[in-house]
Amino acid sequence: MKSMGEMLLSTGGGSEIVIGNTAIVRAMLEAGVRVATSYPGSPTPEIASAIASIPRERNPMYFEFSVNEKVATEVAFGASINGHLSCVFFKSVGLNVAADTFVQLSMMELIGGMVIVLGDDPGANSSQNEQDNRHYAHLSYTPVFEPATPSEVYVMFKQAAELSKKLRMPVIVRLSTHVCHAKEKVDFGPMPAHEHGNKPLFSMENGPYIPIAADALKMKRRALHKFWALKDLVEELPVNILEDNSSERGVITAGAPYLSLMDVLEEVEDKPDVLKLGIVHPLPKNRILQFLKAHKEVKILEELDDLLEREIKAFAYDNGLSTRILGKGDLEDWIGEYTPDKVREVLSKCWPDTFKPVNEPDSPVKLNARPAQMCPGCGHRSAFHAIKLALKDTDITVADIGCHTLGYLEPYRVGQVLLCMGHSTGTAAGLSMFNDSRRVVAFLGDSTFFHAGLPGIVNAVFNKHNLTLIIMENGTTAMTGHQDHPAVGRNFNDVSRKIPVRQVLEGLGVNNIREIDTYNQAGLKEYVEAALEEEGFKVIIAKHPCMLKFTREMRKKGKKLPRPVKVGEKCNLKYVCVGRFACPSYQIADGGKVWVQEDLCIGDRSCVQTCPSQAIEPVE
Amino acid sequence: MNKFDIYLAGVGGQGIGLLSETLARAVDYSGQRVIGADTHGLAQRGGMVSSHLRIGTGAHSVLITRYSADLVVALERHEALRGTLDYLKDGGTLVYYDAVWQPLDVRLRRAAQVRNEDIEAEAARKKAKVLRVFKEDLADSRMQNVIVMAELSKAKLIPGVEKEHYIAALSDLLSGRALEVNLKAFEEVSG
Repeated sequence: MKSMGEMLLSTGGGSEIVIGNTAIVRAMLEAGVRVATSYPGSPTPEIASAIASIPRERNPMYFEFSVNEKVATEVAFGASINGHLSCVFFKSVGLNVAADTFVQLSMMELIGGMVIVLGDDPGANSSQNEQDNRHYAHLSYTPVFEPATPSEVYVMFKQAAELSKKLRMPVIVRLSTHVCHAKEKVDFGPMPAHEHGNKPLFSMENGPYIPIAADALKMKRRALHKFWALKDLVEELPVNILEDNSSERGVITAGAPYLSLMDVLEEVEDKPDVLKLGIVHPLPKNRILQFLKAHKEVKILEELDDLLEREIKAFAYDNGLSTRILGKGDLEDWIGEYTPDKVREVLSKCWPDTFKPVNEPDSPVKLNARPAQMCPGCGHRSAFHAIKLALKDTDITVADIGCHTLGYLEPYRVGQVLLCMGHSTGTAAGLSMFNDSRRVVAFLGDSTFFHAGLPGIVNAVFNKHNLTLIIMENGTTAMTGHQDHPAVGRNFNDVSRKIPVRQVLEGLGVNNIREIDTYNQAGLKEYVEAALEEEGFKVIIAKHPCMLKFTREMRKKGKKLPRPVKVGEKCNLKYVCVGRFACPSYQIADGGKVWVQEDLCIGDRSCVQTCPSQAIEPVE
Repeated sequence: MNKFDIYLAGVGGQGIGLLSETLARAVDYSGQRVIGADTHGLAQRGGMVSSHLRIGTGAHSVLITRYSADLVVALERHEALRGTLDYLKDGGTLVYYDAVWQPLDVRLRRAAQVRNEDIEAEAARKKAKVLRVFKEDLADSRMQNVIVMAELSKAKLIPGVEKEHYIAALSDLLSGRALEVNLKAFEEVSG
């Protein structure tokens, strides 16, 4: 596959090794998605990268990164009620941001159809929790497909789109980290022809669209009718898999845990039968009852919460079945990703004769984890190094979400509490009340500023809170892959008018603003010291372009990077560079000498000012 | 059981992703079924980055069960030890490029840097073969992953995958000068 774009557009289809996030884009094109929206968040950003590989003028689909998941859902909704098939995708906790909009979708007549792709994250690989978004589906009567492999992602997205268009209701395709990032050869079918007109089909006849007073209940009744109609439909949908080993024992499962189960069963003699559900809401009730009746004991192998367990037990009770249903064993079964190791552990609790936990080999060697690090030259490192010098031990620092979250790590330890994106100013305001001694400092990234940071800032001005906010402006959404944000001057598709952070702050009535480049550590330290002594709401914009993005662009243009630095003779092992500034380029040699790893150092020299002995020199 | 598991590990920025993608395609060119998964997200910023590759019809999850990888391929010494500890099976094979990007606790002088002897001792405990890879005169450190791949090819460490499969895979993913430079480095080592 020379070019992903050509493969995604190919009329004949064919098979290709792709990840789930790429397979879903082929499905979007085949299904005729016209408008797709998102906000970057792992594990879903690579969906946008696949879309970006399609030449703009040949892509029938419009895509944008909206400013947050709520707005992205609203844009997709607007397109759908005008008759265009739309799709919104974001990470698990993004659904919390979009919830106010999302819960209303099932009450609306989505004449174009709308698929919501969720990137759940069991095991919290890169999220602030491992929340089970299936609860949202129950809350809003929204059906949920749950693919386990990239091939199933490809097939199920198209089924979800068909269902959504047919019943004019929202449908969720729920992915998880190791389905989004799973890689396998997927067979793509031919590309159907779609005529995408520009006729706006929005009409009040499909309404009501305003859920006020009596209409709200009428719209709910319509949503329930659609959901009830689905209950029969899902019995026939070819998405459930039965592994028949003619056993008295059975397992009901769904999603990637099914694959883990199949691995565990490879070396098991008397394998239980397995029913793998492709749709987990609503459940194919008769199919499940049939399976329960055929077994004496059935284990519900379910990652995260016990939704399947409760519903299946209710089915069994309603039908007077005596099948023994085994749900979650203990609280550990609620926690963590159902990898093959975890599934073996879970099954060993209910069927110890058949499943033994993995035996841990005994090795005396202990190796600490290797945490993520701010990159060599990162402006945030310079900022944290300077800010730390200005802070007292009693000050309270409130982190937010972005690369700058890494400030909480050693040796900086700047950032002590974190809720979610954009929480920092609000949380800091609360921390500053009835607090006679401990100064409060909040941090906020420039992408998060637009995403969810604005309301907290407006509130701080409006309610006259007393805190210092430091905005870490690196000119990109770095953490998730350098997507552009409204202050950059470019969106996913085109150049766009910059919305400068400082002007927004001034427009919101913030009158105490300082702005400085984070490489000017002495200046930043002074600003922080001064601001912390002033009353009211103070903002410091600590700026430096993301150096990973900068060096990548330099390399792409074939430009040479500046020469790295080295530790000179004047070094007398104060270890500030390696131990407090802690750029990963500095390494410790045997015997305690410090040296610079030239594969890492990008020659930015933000470290030179940190050495008390002025021992850091450029390499000729 | 028809399966061969390869666990790849390194540090974000060392090119684990390209190595994993190239190996997956090389296996595919050899006519065998291959599935896998890479680490994405914040871990790629200087954290531990791993990739799972699973060959054969006996592999279902994209994640390798701990202590059961047939082959561990690492691009950094500490991650070579971690991969051996967490994933390598008894009697498996470790191939690692001997680059060192010290993790935080070593840089903060809280832990000693891993030595090659530590890796050999751990491999011996598991009766595993070890192939240390190091090319003194390597001009560009970002070529370390191709050098390791050339060693895998030369020693035929992935069953059924021959030199031409690696080359076809590389040609799929790279083009122009990048392909030229990588193929040259590959040929020099794989012979």
